[in-house]
Amino acid sequence: MSEQTSILTTHDLHMAFGGVDVLKGINFSLFAGEVLGLVGENGAGKSTLAKIVAGVHQPSQGEINYQGQTVQIPSPHVATKLGIALIHQEPLTFPDLDVAENIFAGRQPLNGGVVNWNAMYKRAAELLASLSVQIDPHSKVRGMSIADQQMIEMAAALSQEVKVVLMDEPTSSLTPNEVAHLFTNMRRLRDQGVAIVFISHRLEEVFEICDRVLVLRDGELVGERVTKATKVEEIIRLMVGRQLSALCEKKTGANNGQLLLEVKNLSRTEKFADISLDVHAGEIVGLSGLVGAGRTDVGRALFGMLDTDSGEVWLSGKPVKIKSPREAMGYGLVYVPEDRQHHGLLMPMAISQNMTLSILEQLSPSGWLRGQAEQTVTNEYTEKLHIVLRNISQAVRELSGGNQQKVVLSKWLLTRPKVLILDEPTRGIDIGAKAEVHRLMGELASQGLAILMISSELPEILAMSDRIVVMREGRVVAQLDKADATQERIMAAATGQVLDEATIESNPVEDHS
Amino acid sequence: MPTNQLDQNPLPSSKTGTPALAKGAQLGNLLRPFLPEVVAVFLLIMAFVVGGLLSPFFLNGPFLLDSTTLFTEGAIMALGMTFVIISGNIDLSVASNLAFTACVMAVLHVQYNVPMEAAILIALALGTLLGAFNGWLIARLRLPALAVTLATLALYRGMASILLGDHSLSDFPTWFAGVDQVVIPHTNIPVELILFFILAIILGLILHKTVFGRWVFALGTSEDAARYSGIPVSRVKIVVFALSGFLAALAGVIMVSRLAVARYDLANGLELDVITAVVLGGTNIYGGRGNIFGSVIAVFLVGFLRTGLGVANVSAQNQLAVVGTLLIIAVIASNFFNRVSRQHG
Amino acid sequence: MTAISNARTGNQNSALPVRLARIREAATVVLLAIIIAIVTGIEPNFLSAFNIRSILLWVPLLTVIAMGEMMVIIIRGIDVSVGSTMGFAGIVVGMIFRDHPGFNIYLGTVLGIMIGAVLGAINGSLIAWVKIPPVITTLGTLSAYRGFVFIVSGARQIDPNYIPKELIRWSQRGPFNSQLVPWVVIIALVAALLIYLFLHYTKTGRNVYTLGSNPEAALLRGIPVNRTTFIVYTITGAMAGLAGILYASRFGFVNPGQTGVGFELTVIAAVVLGGTNVFGGSGSVIGTLLGCLLLGTINVALAVLGIDATWQLAVYGVAILLTVSIDAIIQQQIRRLVTGE
Repeated sequence: MSEQTSILTTHDLHMAFGGVDVLKGINFSLFAGEVLGLVGENGAGKSTLAKIVAGVHQPSQGEINYQGQTVQIPSPHVATKLGIALIHQEPLTFPDLDVAENIFAGRQPLNGGVVNWNAMYKRAAELLASLSVQIDPHSKVRGMSIADQQMIEMAAALSQEVKVVLMDEPTSSLTPNEVAHLFTNMRRLRDQGVAIVFISHRLEEVFEICDRVLVLRDGELVGERVTKATKVEEIIRLMVGRQLSALCEKKTGANNGQLLLEVKNLSRTEKFADISLDVHAGEIVGLSGLVGAGRTDVGRALFGMLDTDSGEVWLSGKPVKIKSPREAMGYGLVYVPEDRQHHGLLMPMAISQNMTLSILEQLSPSGWLRGQAEQTVTNEYTEKLHIVLRNISQAVRELSGGNQQKVVLSKWLLTRPKVLILDEPTRGIDIGAKAEVHRLMGELASQGLAILMISSELPEILAMSDRIVVMREGRVVAQLDKADATQERIMAAATGQVLDEATIESNPVEDHS
Repeated sequence: MPTNQLDQNPLPSSKTGTPALAKGAQLGNLLRPFLPEVVAVFLLIMAFVVGGLLSPFFLNGPFLLDSTTLFTEGAIMALGMTFVIISGNIDLSVASNLAFTACVMAVLHVQYNVPMEAAILIALALGTLLGAFNGWLIARLRLPALAVTLATLALYRGMASILLGDHSLSDFPTWFAGVDQVVIPHTNIPVELILFFILAIILGLILHKTVFGRWVFALGTSEDAARYSGIPVSRVKIVVFALSGFLAALAGVIMVSRLAVARYDLANGLELDVITAVVLGGTNIYGGRGNIFGSVIAVFLVGFLRTGLGVANVSAQNQLAVVGTLLIIAVIASNFFNRVSRQHG
Repeated sequence: MTAISNARTGNQNSALPVRLARIREAATVVLLAIIIAIVTGIEPNFLSAFNIRSILLWVPLLTVIAMGEMMVIIIRGIDVSVGSTMGFAGIVVGMIFRDHPGFNIYLGTVLGIMIGAVLGAINGSLIAWVKIPPVITTLGTLSAYRGFVFIVSGARQIDPNYIPKELIRWSQRGPFNSQLVPWVVIIALVAALLIYLFLHYTKTGRNVYTLGSNPEAALLRGIPVNRTTFIVYTITGAMAGLAGILYASRFGFVNPGQTGVGFELTVIAAVVLGGTNVFGGSGSVIGTLLGCLLLGTINVALAVLGIDATWQLAVYGVAILLTVSIDAIIQQQIRRLVTGE
């Protein structure tokens, strides 16, 4: 298949967020009348790539060739005009408007300047029928299921003479029936000549619906296969296959002390169900899984930010009911959020103010702020964690990602926790800082803390964890000891595959075909 | 030929500039985060100049000091409003709170013979409660502050008008009425003014030097991050609104004393002056930034502005036009400053 | 089998909170019926021709502005300057009538509308392009415009003998010379109809709802957010201007210290009671009409029952609080149902 017949080709596409490369040198082609799967771990860059094509982000480098011409796609609006549509993981709909208007928002059919409702409802009904979906174009979208809202987004795409449809994890909230229905529609579109990009971590679905598969890893395109000619194991190998960096600190043996955190059958509708795990003093438990598996929600629930419907949490052998982060802190359980910019730090405020935010009451029992004490404590941890700064009064937003993360960690370590839940502790930070954070984690564990580490970086999980818990779609699907864990096994569990072990072992690790 | 030093060294540095320039640059760097407050002080000075030019009567010490009693009530409420706006909220109901609690106080004393001292305390408690009610609706029911305080603006004033109708009550003990006339012996300084400054200092200390104050700033900067950091967000919100209510009630007591009369339409529309002063004083309307000092300066600015306009025979209603326009300009300027300081951050 | 799909029940769309959200207008009608029933129970003569006429006279003023305010609240804004705009337009046109006797009343009405539109456009510009929060902008213009009312009028009212007789007749007689349904009512209904047509049959009108329902998605879909915002505030101002003229017709005078003072609260109460959601995105002309009717009925009922007009403010306050609370709770329930958040 030559470039001449491709509908979309990218040349050397690069994308950087805040100085960190998220996509590097992406060259691929998309052809009319095919379903192209796009797979990779969390953070591999799949969503980012789709958003670039759909005009949500602008690449820092490289070009896009569409229908034989180089194009700029500065906004989703332009993308839509070009015939490129993006179906979001969480559908963007207008809840107060009816289905037909959602489909035609901003582009209502006009009859001499006046909105032609009849034409709109008729056309909406036609589009919905072509998707074989039973939605009344007159009903309001508020309260509709995610599956229905996705259908509406698809209908909106179809209403625009679409040529390329990008679907970002479309099946994560669907029942098997709804998935089958979606696939029927996708095949119909494909047969009409539309090019579809299907981003998913459900590999069985990728193999079912896609003609070709692209594998992204750490922002690079590492493989392209025809689905009929390959096996799941090979895709998994491509997704994770990498030299484990020597910089990752290997943790020196577990110190299985007292059982500090025990979670029993914790459940919350729509988020997770039946979660059971334990963490002992001196242990690091790695919580692995793909985006949407529910790990952050479990962390938030343990920290009191999310209500649970059933289940128990026991700390140091006693059952507790934690209703707020304050209460959690009182029990010595802290959670370091995934989103450090919006949840972890007060960006315009000073470093010292951020660091002391959670221990103000301890530092100042009388209620009066003690600047001296704040400075002392801030300097102590700045040194301990090697935080690079100009002075502790500068705004924390001026620091690099790695140093910001160290500030967040310091903030929580200052509360002298017994149980530490870390959510993506080294995301978006440079190698040097990563190594320092890992070393710190090792030290904390040997001091007797119980650490639950939520991470999407398999090398990190493998290097740091004494035990690994894998979640998928809101449930725990595997628990592995360090000795038994491999990247492939974890990824297989995370994607719900049954591995053929022999296939994995007989192939070399690196492959850049 | 000797080359010009400047050619060799194109970057500005203290070596080629004068020492004064270097010092100026240092001063500039120090002041930059306080740009809005600096502007407020500057405007205050300008206001004096303009006022003096408008009328010879303006720059009269005793006159000016006496005139502060006219805006001390609004000034006190501005202190509370500073907390509210820094925390990321707004309180439109302060003037109505003032009116209702003042009327209750009057009714208790004049119609039910409750001792004046007790009536005052009850009014203060009631104001605090009404404020806490606002806070509770906003924190627990997660209702928008704008809608809630707009509704209580109507409700509280409505309750005042149900209580008193169109009547005035004025049968107050002699020791109570006329607090605005009380001055420090041998000076012209009204005791009210001293009270205001004491309050400003106390509240300033609370806002800038206590744990609670830090929590207020954190809440206004990012409610999510504050919650994740273990800050009791709901409690802070309720306390902030309760404080605003308390200060409104206090202002009400003082106003009744000054006017020697209580009516349902006391302080009608005063929330505008209060919010204008707070925003003009450098507090960011979106929350997370501001200080008491700026509010104090701005309160005097708006107050003296009104006084000056009054002296220049501009009617009270016409002054409205000025204050309204001032609010808009203040916000535009505040927007601009925040963008500037962020670039240099 | 996912935790997520297992937990989901049948058709979410028929769940109680969703159904409750849909019947907002019905709730207003029910409330209206209840109030009429209660008041008629106490005072059987409530629905007399005189009282109905009082209600009908009271409503048009409120209705025209409420139509604009409804759109403002739909796009998640607020406009508290409408009372001042009303006063300003009323005073200026009143002064023209006074200084130029015989000035055409239709021309005067158009002029009033245009003055209101300009004042609304100032609000719209500050909000849409200078990006000042709506509450602050309109709080400022509320005072600024009211101040200018006084300055322009010299603080003098326009006395009854200067208001053209034909203008006053709009509030006294109606089509077919009827006394029950004066012309002002017809004017208000026509205004409401025009707003309805605008909102339902023009793209900009539909953009109002779209923008209010999901501002981020609207931006991504290429909807002209700033322009739509500007237009909404301008129309609201125009409506307030019209209300100023209707005030002169109804009361026979215009007073800088009275006309429109505090009216914004009544308007917002009517809009909120009429089913417009404080969080934006929904509201209907019919609902707002009912809300105005409801408020008019409450006002006349208070008078009939001998209750002081002083209760009005408290009633508005409670009404807004109750409706906002119920709206918020329903919305939170729906969100929990669909996303589990």
